[in-house]
Amino acid sequence: MVEPLFDKDIKKAPTRDGYGEAIMELGQTNPDVFVLSGDLTESTRTLKFSKKYPDRFIESGVAEQNMVGMAAGLAFEGKIPFVSSFAAFSPGRNWDQIRVSICYSQANVKIAGSHAGLLTGGDGATHQALEDIAITRCLPSMVVLAPCDKVETKKATIAAAQYIGPVYIRFARDKTPVFTTDNTPFEIGKALMLRDGADATIIACGTMVYPSLEASEKLSKEGYLIRVINSPSIKPIDIDAIIAAAKDTGAIVTAEEHQVYGGLGGAVAEVLTTSFPVPQEIVGVMDTFGESGEPKELWEKYGLTAEHIVSATKKAMERKPRGPKGERAS
Amino acid sequence: MAIPDLEVLELEAMANTMRQDIIRMLVSVGSGHAGGPLGMAEVFAVLYFRILKKDPKNPFWSERDRLILSNGHICAVSYAAMARAGYFPVEELLTYRKINSRLQGHPHNRSLPGLENTGGTLGQGLSQAVGRCIAGRLDGKKYRVYCVMSDGEHDEGQTWEALMWAGNHKLGNLTTLVDRNNIQIDGHTEDIFPLEPLKDKYEAIKWHVIEIDGHNVREIVAACEEAQHIYEKPTAIICHTVPGKGVSYMENNYEWHGKAPTKEQGEVALAELRAEGDRIQKEMLRAKRGF
Repeated sequence: MVEPLFDKDIKKAPTRDGYGEAIMELGQTNPDVFVLSGDLTESTRTLKFSKKYPDRFIESGVAEQNMVGMAAGLAFEGKIPFVSSFAAFSPGRNWDQIRVSICYSQANVKIAGSHAGLLTGGDGATHQALEDIAITRCLPSMVVLAPCDKVETKKATIAAAQYIGPVYIRFARDKTPVFTTDNTPFEIGKALMLRDGADATIIACGTMVYPSLEASEKLSKEGYLIRVINSPSIKPIDIDAIIAAAKDTGAIVTAEEHQVYGGLGGAVAEVLTTSFPVPQEIVGVMDTFGESGEPKELWEKYGLTAEHIVSATKKAMERKPRGPKGERAS
Repeated sequence: MAIPDLEVLELEAMANTMRQDIIRMLVSVGSGHAGGPLGMAEVFAVLYFRILKKDPKNPFWSERDRLILSNGHICAVSYAAMARAGYFPVEELLTYRKINSRLQGHPHNRSLPGLENTGGTLGQGLSQAVGRCIAGRLDGKKYRVYCVMSDGEHDEGQTWEALMWAGNHKLGNLTTLVDRNNIQIDGHTEDIFPLEPLKDKYEAIKWHVIEIDGHNVREIVAACEEAQHIYEKPTAIICHTVPGKGVSYMENNYEWHGKAPTKEQGEVALAELRAEGDRIQKEMLRAKRGF
């Protein structure tokens, strides 16, 4: 990670820029890579690709269902199509097409959902994809990735191109801290421990990883040692990392810019309940739609700040089993 | 290219054989769709035995023509054609819709080699056909993409997204065959969700349109061959068909869209089809003897 990690002037960039950079690199290195855009070429950072590789760029217009179907057809002819739109529309609007034409058909298509989460430049709830992890995670054979910053989004996009099979990558519109480096490992199916700790573990994805690090820093000042795990691969999830965290720290918090139902929190809970149950708290949007507003205001109102993660972590630690005299078991 | 009388009769005989296969498949499992498959028997006989470049022993041959079946529920006719063309043993047809079968109730590309797509939720096939056309054009491949669609699936918005995209991009390597049988599950298309004037709609979005009698082998062949020579537009062949064709009590009756005959009903259907088959055989004998 970059140093100093908690510099108030830490470099910030939108994760969608990482997608755009990766797409340009893939255009150069892999002649099979295609990009499809649903009338959102600049917004999804694929404009440069469209200019440099016009033969391999397909403007679908505002027609997300046909867009993923065309992508499936391209994939069956050996191409590697990246379908680029807002997450609210793709996989939001074209879910059945993704289910049948891509997942059930085993088409090697990559779905790139931009503007995931609350930060959509004031567009409001219609454009705030807060359910996309849930609706993709449940699809057989779909890989679901939620990278934490621009650098990791680039790596995730390149890894998606190398992986054979359907992949959904979610990323965001607004600038967020760039805290990983080119040398930070990334692998589909793997989580990465960013900080070790013994009292609890925060498992986060996407834009909530940096606030989780901030939460752990705040808690360290109160004497708690909190492990922080970045889990960009929501499916397949890193089962070993979760069980190890449960065994080592006895309490888990998950944090994601997504509904509390069906997302990373659900994925982690599924592992814990079937393997090594410990108290878990889920930080996310509480079963409600978002609204227009500034990024800071939205994260504050919908419970997605470092302070919210701190409170959830304390609650999880409080719920750890106690001995007969009220002492903590570990 | 004019098609000889004997070949017309051979294709009619094949369509008749496929109809009998379809009835046996449906009776054997006790479910499935009857109307659409019976109505498209001539179209599939012509596609598999006259038009498609293919190699049943090498179903992934890269130069093959691609046939996308968008209205997957009529797959019984597709399976019958594939079995008769040598993609798999004819006996396997009786596994249709049964557990562990490669012949799923709606076709699944990964279950059976030779199936190009998965079809079942309507309106998805044409988009995939378009994607394959884009790839073929960019790669300079000679294959053509055929997409069989139902009239009912023109209710789906995705169908029109794909139709307009294909028209706008002049996909000359794309041919659709629309099963215009005028029925859907709830009744007649013009009562449920009127589509007419269908030809005008296609032409307005830059398609070349040919309307044919979908049971007339000569017309099907001629339309497919005409489409091969239309380079500047995709071609839609609107095939006017009779749902349930060949089985008197099923013809034009929308109630037979999605159900299977009982064993007894099946016997009646097979008797009618065998009589028609015998008639075709006699004509073939006459044609061979030069009468």
